[in-house]
Amino acid sequence: MSDTVIRNGRIIDPANGIDTLADLWIDDGKVAGIGQFTGDATHEIDATGQIVCPGLIDMHVHLREPGQEWKEDIESGSHAAIAGGITTFCCMPNTKPRLDHAGVLLQVIQRVREVGLCNIHPIAAVTMNLEGTQLTEMRELSRLGAVAFSDDGLPIWHAGIMRKALEYAASFDYLIIQHAEELQLTEKGCMNEGWVSTQLGVAGMPNEGEDCMIARDIMLTEKTGGRYHVAHISTAGAVDLVRAAQKRGARVSAEAAPHHFAMTEEALLGYNVDAKMSPPLRTEADRQAVIEGLRDGTITIIATDHAPHHEDDKRCGLSCAAFGIVGMETMLPVALELVHQHGLPLADVIAKMTCNPATLLGLDAGTLTIGSNADLCIFDSEQTWGLDKNSLFSKSRNTPWHGQTMTGRVTHTLKNGRTVFAHGVIHD
Amino acid sequence: MKLQHLFGIAQLNKEQIHYLINMGDAFIELSKRPIKKAPTLRGKTIINLFFENSTRTRTSFEIAGKRLSADVINISASTSATSKGETLLDTAQTLAAMQPHVLVIRHSLAGTCEFLAEHLRETAIVNAGDGAHEHPTQILTDLLTLKHSIGDVAGKTMTIVGDISHSRVARSHLLAAKILGYHVRVVAPKTLLPSKVENYGCEVFHDFDAAIAGSDILYMLRVQTERLTSNCCFPSIREYHEAYGLNKKRLARANADCVVMHPGPMNRGVEIASDIADGAHSRILNQVEHGVAVRMAVLTAMCDLRFNAHDLPSNPDKRGTL
Amino acid sequence: MNNLLFTHDAVMQALDRMAEHIQSAHGKSDAPICLIGIHTGGANVADALQTRLEQAGATVMRGNLDISFYRDDLDLNGPHPQIHSSDLSFDINNQPLWLIDDVLFTGRTIRAAMGELFDFGRPESISLVVLLDRGGRELPIQADFSGLYHQPESKQQSIKLLAHADHWTIIEQPRSLA
Repeated sequence: MSDTVIRNGRIIDPANGIDTLADLWIDDGKVAGIGQFTGDATHEIDATGQIVCPGLIDMHVHLREPGQEWKEDIESGSHAAIAGGITTFCCMPNTKPRLDHAGVLLQVIQRVREVGLCNIHPIAAVTMNLEGTQLTEMRELSRLGAVAFSDDGLPIWHAGIMRKALEYAASFDYLIIQHAEELQLTEKGCMNEGWVSTQLGVAGMPNEGEDCMIARDIMLTEKTGGRYHVAHISTAGAVDLVRAAQKRGARVSAEAAPHHFAMTEEALLGYNVDAKMSPPLRTEADRQAVIEGLRDGTITIIATDHAPHHEDDKRCGLSCAAFGIVGMETMLPVALELVHQHGLPLADVIAKMTCNPATLLGLDAGTLTIGSNADLCIFDSEQTWGLDKNSLFSKSRNTPWHGQTMTGRVTHTLKNGRTVFAHGVIHD
Repeated sequence: MKLQHLFGIAQLNKEQIHYLINMGDAFIELSKRPIKKAPTLRGKTIINLFFENSTRTRTSFEIAGKRLSADVINISASTSATSKGETLLDTAQTLAAMQPHVLVIRHSLAGTCEFLAEHLRETAIVNAGDGAHEHPTQILTDLLTLKHSIGDVAGKTMTIVGDISHSRVARSHLLAAKILGYHVRVVAPKTLLPSKVENYGCEVFHDFDAAIAGSDILYMLRVQTERLTSNCCFPSIREYHEAYGLNKKRLARANADCVVMHPGPMNRGVEIASDIADGAHSRILNQVEHGVAVRMAVLTAMCDLRFNAHDLPSNPDKRGTL
Repeated sequence: MNNLLFTHDAVMQALDRMAEHIQSAHGKSDAPICLIGIHTGGANVADALQTRLEQAGATVMRGNLDISFYRDDLDLNGPHPQIHSSDLSFDINNQPLWLIDDVLFTGRTIRAAMGELFDFGRPESISLVVLLDRGGRELPIQADFSGLYHQPESKQQSIKLLAHADHWTIIEQPRSLA
């Protein structure tokens, strides 16, 4: 007798090259088989017309615990994740205090265990207090559970420190994730520099603010033999730089956020604070370049840069509103636009949210290999639904998709074989 | 469409602009009377909420309101106290709760009026300048002055010189030019031009001398000296004056009946030489005078529940039951 | 739908009577006669009276008032879309003034005009002369002299002076057409 059987779904497991109509059954929280199920099962899920894939992975999430729990905490962030089909995600170190020493890291890991709804892997800071001047105890942090290093929210601005970070992390084969932004070029900017910022009369952030730093970092990566990952890539220039570096064999990877391939700077017209983030929404040409990068494999990962903010931090006009939007609950439908509107293969898009980030970060997740943890996302890729920001599981409401129709909806999320989310309801 | 607020030129059409200018024109005479007061806005409350210092714009709105018998209250809020945005909204909501008819707002952040209007449903909001976004009453003022100086602006060439990048006056003129059909040349070094400014349909010059020939209107922007040095947009005042200051020699190359304008306050000897500012071509004091008249018109339009140039009566005799 | 009330000839005769009234009331004084027309119809009437008075040898000083900004119904109707400046180029202090309008109806225009006049100074007196009195007063205001009288059956009727270059008539029409 099996625990659970998921019947008649289209099972897509990019890591194993599987795309088939079949049943999937689960024993002891593990994937027990894929094929025609003939036995008995305690629980049964009918997935006819649905897609069954590994639980999604989002390697770029800002939880606000510790320090700003009114925006998001580990529990509410976990709820948002599983509502979005995400069973594994990485949290960035720009909490208060920062994840820059063992004590805070262990505190977060402890809280994650207590909540227990998702696999949450911390990404630790590269520099103390994200100030960019003194390296953290990276080796110890890696042993305690950090899966990569980043100062995200801020760039590792100092070229010398960046070189040292790449070299040091490479000595135990760890990844440095860069929020690429030359602060001197983006000073006071609150959106992309261009025609829209000119019309709105606000200071802009030029593409070169991102491109210059990525160019510098690629040179340092090639010199040091380090591993470098571009977070939330947003410009055509940056995609070109990464593509060229990869051709030369550099260990450079990139992720794109759904908003950067779904929206442009035009969303800011009317001073829309819920379309303000860093890097900012760019032009249509940049958006197309990011989509092209996703298509040709330059960009292997889709990650949300989920950045919850309270209304008070947003409701103050465009120039002083906080940067960032929530994204975990909209990741899948927005990513499916790549399939529906831009013709990317569905398995490729799923890979960018499952096995690709798992491989990059060495996570035991993102596949349906027999015997692996039964973390699953079941979704209807055609179902349309209206997004209401007040119905989000996140504590924050800062989404640019409020009131819009989304195509593709998560119906079930399973964690270790247990249904933790089904038809809009969390089961914790 | 009812014009509930005045955020900028961008929201207006040609008829509405002409309506406001013509009403302003009719108000000029009021300021020349011995008793400078009409009862038009009796019983209306107008709050001037200024987060940026601007004695002249604030005074202009204040005189405009008072000459029309409105009760005008001035509030200078320091930006530092409202650097937290929620406090800006709190301030505006507190004032709105006191039920003024019109809130006139000046703020250093672009989009402040749109932002506040989302949260203040009942109060009419007039933009008295928001960051580098718009300054509609200044442009209506300039257009009234131009109506008196050169007649119809359509087909005329206005050359705007200076810090286009940070200028709400330049942006509002670029928008008005499209609506009313005048040509704009912007003149500045690249450091003082906003991205893709040519999308407004203007000509872009870096050389003042090349731009000046054929100009009907020379519009000199105020140089914010602090901004130039702190942002390294320009190396020195001396070099700025040399390249972009208006002097007699340069003025001689413009059209003979060219008019010189400036939104004030001027830096004499920087963007404009004193003899030009006080000379025959200058319309700078007319702008100030007309500013009061235009603001009277704007305040009247804001208090008039019917203001809506889309369905202005086509028959001029359609009055009330007088 | 337009009903002709008074022909050109009738209007011209009325203007003659009005000019005679003003001249006889003014007496033999050498002082100029001050005519203040109310925009737009009253200004036309005042121009016609000025011509007649000057032909009769009198000296005339003219002014015009636009009472848009003195109305008591701004909230209801807004300012008139074609607003004129008031134009009083002479000092009205201690002058006897003749206030001229085309059609006298509720009296609110006259109240507004008098309010505006007092913002220019303190005249010795104000007399009111109108081309046509249509009754329907809502304020205690009466003309010192009216060229014509006509009381329509309904307040909803509009009565208008059509002052074309050399052909003046007065018509009546339903207000909805106005």
